[in-house]
Amino acid sequence: MSAPTLGRAEAGTSEPAWVRRILIGLALGFVFLFLLLPLAAVFTEALRKGLPAALEALHEPDAWSAIRLTLITAAVAVPLNLVFGVAAAWAVAKYEFRGKAFLTTLIDLPFSVSPVVAGLIYVLMFGAQGWLGPWLAAHDIKIVFAVPGIILATIFVTFPFIARELIPLMQAQGTDEEQAAIVLGASGWQTFWFVTLPNIRWGLIYGVILCNARAMGEFGAVSVVSGHIRGETNTLPLHVEILYNEYQSVAAFAVASLLTLLALLTLLIKSVVEWQFERDQKAAASLPPERPSADALPTARTAG
Amino acid sequence: MTSAILSTTPATVLSLNTASRRPARRVLPGFNLTLGYTLFYLGLIVLIPLSALLFKTFTLSWDQFWLAVTSPRVLASYRLTFGASFLAALVNVVAGLLLAWVLVRYQFPGKKIIDALVDLPFALPTAVAGISLTALLAGNGWIGQYLEPHGIQLAFNRNGVVIALIFIGLPFVVRTVQPVLEDAEKELEEAATCLGASRFQTFRYVIFPTIAPALLTGFAMAFARAIGEYGSVIFIAGNMPMVSEITPLIIIGKLEQYDYAGATAVATVMLAISFVLLLVINALQSWQRSRSGGKS
Repeated sequence: MSAPTLGRAEAGTSEPAWVRRILIGLALGFVFLFLLLPLAAVFTEALRKGLPAALEALHEPDAWSAIRLTLITAAVAVPLNLVFGVAAAWAVAKYEFRGKAFLTTLIDLPFSVSPVVAGLIYVLMFGAQGWLGPWLAAHDIKIVFAVPGIILATIFVTFPFIARELIPLMQAQGTDEEQAAIVLGASGWQTFWFVTLPNIRWGLIYGVILCNARAMGEFGAVSVVSGHIRGETNTLPLHVEILYNEYQSVAAFAVASLLTLLALLTLLIKSVVEWQFERDQKAAASLPPERPSADALPTARTAG
Repeated sequence: MTSAILSTTPATVLSLNTASRRPARRVLPGFNLTLGYTLFYLGLIVLIPLSALLFKTFTLSWDQFWLAVTSPRVLASYRLTFGASFLAALVNVVAGLLLAWVLVRYQFPGKKIIDALVDLPFALPTAVAGISLTALLAGNGWIGQYLEPHGIQLAFNRNGVVIALIFIGLPFVVRTVQPVLEDAEKELEEAATCLGASRFQTFRYVIFPTIAPALLTGFAMAFARAIGEYGSVIFIAGNMPMVSEITPLIIIGKLEQYDYAGATAVATVMLAISFVLLLVINALQSWQRSRSGGKS
């Protein structure tokens, strides 16, 4: 296609330059106001009294115990939801069975339940007046207003993250490769490790990253079941709230900037994964359709 | 049943048996294991605790339940939660469409960074978003200091609720519309132009119908998320009863007063609403899939 025709076709499917500039300007303005300014405000408020004051807030014993509890919570919740996500995606994507649509709706349910309601249901289960409350009290087990409750509530709110990423991915890939592996004599586990897992690795990382971000940052659900005992049942977001309500603004924003850095890191890894995934897809699409590796090998050998 | 089998010849019985056994055998192993574990974990984490909420609700009498969910303070919180969520989701539709359009159709420096940054509200803990927006909009904040002298207050009232909810719901519309715009066929737009349509007419009659289902899905998702949102709102709302108190905060307030019955009743109403919204979103998504011709 020659340059002038290209130009005319472009003119038909794009806007005049001034419209384009206004739209880009409006979009950038919105991003600046709603995303960049809040981001900048966190760090500015944290550094209001200088870096030492901000770092001091992170050295406090209460802050340390909050960091520890947040890490423990994510370390339990994310692997559990990972195993569930893989199992659920395998069941939903590789087989046909009745009630599949209903099952996927149920898996999505925790996304649309308010975090406060999510916390409440565990209080109703395990709290002093709950279903299992008397039995738990008799055996001296504390779940609500203790660490197990926080972990349970976190598992609930991050429940669908990994399954949701994997189900559409595995559905799109179909079962041909796995069936070939089974026919060639691989066991179920071998098929999963060597055939399925490499195919879904980017989706898996993507889901784990988002799940982890939410697990470390969850506020509403955890706030209901935590009981707010300083140094014991405070996660990082709850610690931010306490400091903020005590008018320790610098300390609150210092802890908040730690969580903000985590969010930025999450976005970075997520973008890298997306770019890798796109590159893999393009590479797969540019391969010749039939038996690509068999064709590629002899030429490589003669070249070498 | 037995007589029917006895009356047939042995050969047909045999073929019937194998035919009925065949579909049950699946080539890939692990169906029972994975589905069994999925149902077990789903039951343990989601279904049993949620049923605890419903059973607790059934222990209330109808009058108790009705009184708890229709007291003036709770009604005021519904109005605020739904009104603010609706407004925020509307703003999200406009801003989300603009952002998706600019990110898909135009080239400009820093595009990849903006694209990555759109997901910030998903990644940033809601409490951090809450205190940060409050710091910006309070009377001494970067934005608030210019608005306060003109009598515009954005923090510690209903305006703050809407702004926090706009922030929280921003990625939904962008991320639902973006892939649809990327897949949209440019040939249709070229045809429209060739047939003499202005650029605005092409957008109105060719592009908009294609992305309308995605816009609606994004709206519903942002709305559903906004209704349940707690962390970012409570810092900026001021939380005045009857004025700027959202429904999730009502539940927390009742819990703190050990009014478990009241908290449960209001929570059941919220749960019912979120379940209805979930079904609406599912229906919208399947409509969107059928619109785009089987493509996801």
